[in-house]
Amino acid sequence: MLTIRHLDVFRGRTHVLRDVSLEVGRGEIVALIGANGAGKTTTLRTISGLLPARNGEISFAPREGGDVLDLTSTPAEAIVAAGICHCPEGRGVFSRLSVHENLLMGAYLRDDRQDIRRDMEQVCAMFPILAARRNQPAGNLSGGEQMMLAIGRALMGRPRLLILDEPSLGLAPLVVEAIFQLLARINREGVTILLVEQNAVVALELAHRAYVLENGRVVMSGESAALAGDDNIRKAYLGG
Amino acid sequence: MDGAYLAQQILNGLILGSMYALVAVGFSMIYGIINLINFAHGDIVMIGAFSTLALLVVLGLPLWVVAPGVVGVGALCGLVIERAAFRPMRGAPQVTGFIASLGVSIMIQNLGILTVTAQPRNFTFPDYMLAAVSVFGFEIQMVNVCIMLAAPLLVVGLLFVVHRTRLGTAMRATAENLDVARLMGVNINRTIAATFALGSALAGAAGLMWGGKFGQIDPLMGFLPGLKAFVAAVIGGVGSIPGAILGGYVLGLAEVLFVGLLPPVYSSYRDAFVFGLLILILLVLPNGILGKSTEERA
Repeated sequence: MLTIRHLDVFRGRTHVLRDVSLEVGRGEIVALIGANGAGKTTTLRTISGLLPARNGEISFAPREGGDVLDLTSTPAEAIVAAGICHCPEGRGVFSRLSVHENLLMGAYLRDDRQDIRRDMEQVCAMFPILAARRNQPAGNLSGGEQMMLAIGRALMGRPRLLILDEPSLGLAPLVVEAIFQLLARINREGVTILLVEQNAVVALELAHRAYVLENGRVVMSGESAALAGDDNIRKAYLGG
Repeated sequence: MDGAYLAQQILNGLILGSMYALVAVGFSMIYGIINLINFAHGDIVMIGAFSTLALLVVLGLPLWVVAPGVVGVGALCGLVIERAAFRPMRGAPQVTGFIASLGVSIMIQNLGILTVTAQPRNFTFPDYMLAAVSVFGFEIQMVNVCIMLAAPLLVVGLLFVVHRTRLGTAMRATAENLDVARLMGVNINRTIAATFALGSALAGAAGLMWGGKFGQIDPLMGFLPGLKAFVAAVIGGVGSIPGAILGGYVLGLAEVLFVGLLPPVYSSYRDAFVFGLLILILLVLPNGILGKSTEERA
């Protein structure tokens, strides 16, 4: 569904991603793990069109057998329209907008009012706290609630590919568990997921496959179970 | 000093405050969305005043046609200025945009001098606008009645757009976090352009009112309203639309009452008073009256 080949990205003069290639198949959950500064967020921001690629290609096929888009030359809003919804690092809720307005922003490019209302009800059923706090500014929510809002907002865009940047960041372990169970459920309902995590333990539990980034390069990849059993990975990312 | 005199001064303050609020709202919106201190904003007031004169006197159109026309001219100016001067330097440091806006301001003023000369013009409104009408026992010129009614209406219209429409929600989202707004599919170039258009449309309308109230216009007239709008926006809390409205009225009232209630020898200090007031308020409330502190929950 998403194929990245030989991607090079610079930030200013710094060469952040070097010859990164990875693939996300339809229906999969793929994790991108690695230390701080390895280039995980940069990879996601380049996919979403927020950062330009120097070399390489990112191709995305929204529909099976349908057109293939080259995301390196597609503007950010067209990437969203093609079905990639991105939950950014630090959750990125609009804290001065109400919870309801945040969810509406997730459906910004859609104009099917009735379907939007139905999706809104579904998201509120999935996260009852959002319905209860509908008219409050999102800045009043707790960290976990903001994460739920960010996921709910991304779902309002009816994603084919859901991108999540550090969904566990700053959350209590119980909340992380709840969120990851939810991601598994969203995936079973047909949404492909690409997530970035520093918390390799939870990421490898959830994901089918994973890539390990180090200093802007993919140094290892494979089935999650195999990676979790790998000695090097255990030492570097799983705490022994 | 009697009650009627005081009431008359308050009324004058509200009239002036309405115009300040109208200019300050646009100033604050533009600051809110791209952190640009736009000193060219006041010059749209001048363009609004001259286009009123052109449509009204030269073309002889009726006022109800001229008013929306001038609002449209203001919006168009905003679009052109954003596209030509500010979009190319998106992402540059704040001071770069600030200096560019001074450049745009000086350019507009000098283009004005080139085309209509620096000579002040009499701004002749139709007679019925200058006639006095009696409102609650006060004699007020029709033009002032219109200013007091039209300015709040325009501001309410703007608040409606900002808080109740899809475009307005996108504007507020973009103001808060440009990158995340892009991740929602917002075309930020179009949203920022729309913000300039809306804010500048109100400044254009203020130009019509300014000319109508003071009766004389010239190409450099925009400087003071621009500066006062800046003060009003800062007093109210920069980036906050309700703050800009409140700041506009506070400033208008304070200025008029200062001139009206103190002995006439002090009246030439009115601008010094306005800027003194700014310093005083910022010492007590560094974020302005309605400004929020920049701290936010992670």
